Amino acid sequence: MTRYILFRLLDAIPTVFLVLTLVFIAMRILPGDPALTALGPLADQAQLAIFRERMGLNDPLWLQYLKFLWDAVHLDFGTSLINDVPVRDLIIRNLPHTAYLTIVSVLMGLTVGIPLGVLAATNRNKPADHIVRLYSLIGYAIPDFYLAAVLLVVFSLKLGWFPINGAGHGFWDGLYHIILPAMTLALLKSAFLGRLTRTSLLEVLGRDFVRTARAKGASETRVVYKHGLRNALLPLSTGIGISILATLSGAVAIELIFNRPGIGRLLIDAIHERDYPVIQAGVMMFAFFVVIVNFIMDLVYVLVDPRIRMKS
Amino acid sequence: MNEVAEPGNAGSQTDNIFEREALADEPTIADAIRAVIFDRLSTKIAAVLVVVFIITAVFAPTLAPYDPLSQSILNINKHPSWEHWLGTDQFGRDVMSRMIYGSRNSLIFGLLSPIFAAILGVTLGVTAGYFGGIVDRLISRVVDMLMAFPELLLAILIAAALGGSFWNIVVVLTIAFTPGFARVARASTLAVKQEPYVEAAIAAGVSTPVIIIRHIIPNILAPIVVLMTLWAASSIRVEATLSFLGIGTQPPNPSWGNIIRDGLANMFATQWPILAGGLTITVVVLAISILGDSVRDALDPETNQ
Repeated sequence: MTRYILFRLLDAIPTVFLVLTLVFIAMRILPGDPALTALGPLADQAQLAIFRERMGLNDPLWLQYLKFLWDAVHLDFGTSLINDVPVRDLIIRNLPHTAYLTIVSVLMGLTVGIPLGVLAATNRNKPADHIVRLYSLIGYAIPDFYLAAVLLVVFSLKLGWFPINGAGHGFWDGLYHIILPAMTLALLKSAFLGRLTRTSLLEVLGRDFVRTARAKGASETRVVYKHGLRNALLPLSTGIGISILATLSGAVAIELIFNRPGIGRLLIDAIHERDYPVIQAGVMMFAFFVVIVNFIMDLVYVLVDPRIRMKS
Repeated sequence: MNEVAEPGNAGSQTDNIFEREALADEPTIADAIRAVIFDRLSTKIAAVLVVVFIITAVFAPTLAPYDPLSQSILNINKHPSWEHWLGTDQFGRDVMSRMIYGSRNSLIFGLLSPIFAAILGVTLGVTAGYFGGIVDRLISRVVDMLMAFPELLLAILIAAALGGSFWNIVVVLTIAFTPGFARVARASTLAVKQEPYVEAAIAAGVSTPVIIIRHIIPNILAPIVVLMTLWAASSIRVEATLSFLGIGTQPPNPSWGNIIRDGLANMFATQWPILAGGLTITVVVLAISILGDSVRDALDPETNQ
């Protein structure tokens, strides 16, 4: 196991390196003059010169690249151009909110989605199955920001059941504020996970060992949960990984709509304010999330299915 | 990476929305698509909706009752009426006209980016699959890395770096969709390369570019066509999301995404723009996905359960 983890960890290094390189290329080389991009067409020559000096843009490219890597490895993202706060502090302040939203909505999505999938698979081609499939179809097509807007208008604006914006203070207030945003993401998650559970469970339920279990008189509950769902866990864990990553990207719009603090909102605000160091840090944070989630999912596969460890 | 219909590994974890019998004989791509469209009710409805969407986009100037950009201080935040079917927004602009012109925007991105991504992805995938070795390892590594990102997140990150303008969004969507095409093209190329007719062509001394263009590409087209349909839907959704976030189509140009964005800023006065924009995106994405799923079933009967 330790060897496997080390192997995976080593494997993640080139990915992180590649991500950093891509961010560097995208931010410095593609859009022409970064100073002009960052400050806009209204900036005068003196402002541009100060900006170039401050961002180290006068150095040769290879030196900029090395400095960029060095800073990134040390999690030093510079200071915000707008409010002169170290970007690291901004990240630390916003990160827990995004993590909280992601965790709550994925948990909610799992609690609803897996039973829905089991329901659909055990009632194949019956009304319950059709309803679940229609639900997952609509859940795929409906954009998350639209669902969020509808829930906000109905439950906060019209009915007044939930707060319109913010993250709240303290545990209970925070929970009260997160229900609606998390519900938005969870509805979409459950549509996806329900469909996935149905497919994987149906595949497993058609196998020989399930027939054997039924033949020896195991109860239907035992067949479905003990024999079926356990063996459907591997494709499901892939789905949960995809789901977590999709939640991260969905959180960007959700944080904006519900006016919650978070990494996504930080990134979008920075784009509108052309706050160059913050954009760079935000992009890197999201890229790291993806790498980390994929790494954790690789470990989960091994826990769920020890055969994978044997292969590598 | 698409959340539900992940076309990169089509068949492994996606299931068909509406089950049907596999086609018995091997049809051409066009035959299969035609057969499947007239076969199922849901697909027929979806096809009609897609046609309506395309007609609306093409004839937008004729169909739209007002100029989508013209503001009127006397007509602010009007609810739906005979003059303004979907009401007006906070600038007094006719929401219906903005929706109609917005369909142009969605159609252009829905067509352009999958086409560009297909061209780029197929080139990379076929190169990797056909030549193998270090080229394959390099391309596969980058593709795998990009595939780890959900396409929406990838699009947001690239748009963050590049900024939003028409061609930048096309670039963003193209980069976000290319890895999927590359992966599928590579896998199909590996399979086709084993076929006797390719070996025969190599033995007969046919030059490599000719083999690739005449023998490989025509035989890997089916999964690529499927991916293009599914990603037309994705690309409409991603563009709407980018525009909603303010990093896609820039105002005052209408896009379904920024209509909802404006609507949300104005939600205390009127909720009609949010409703109209969101429902339209949902219906169009749903219709194209159903079409895409049907095309996939027609071309790849094995994914049927």
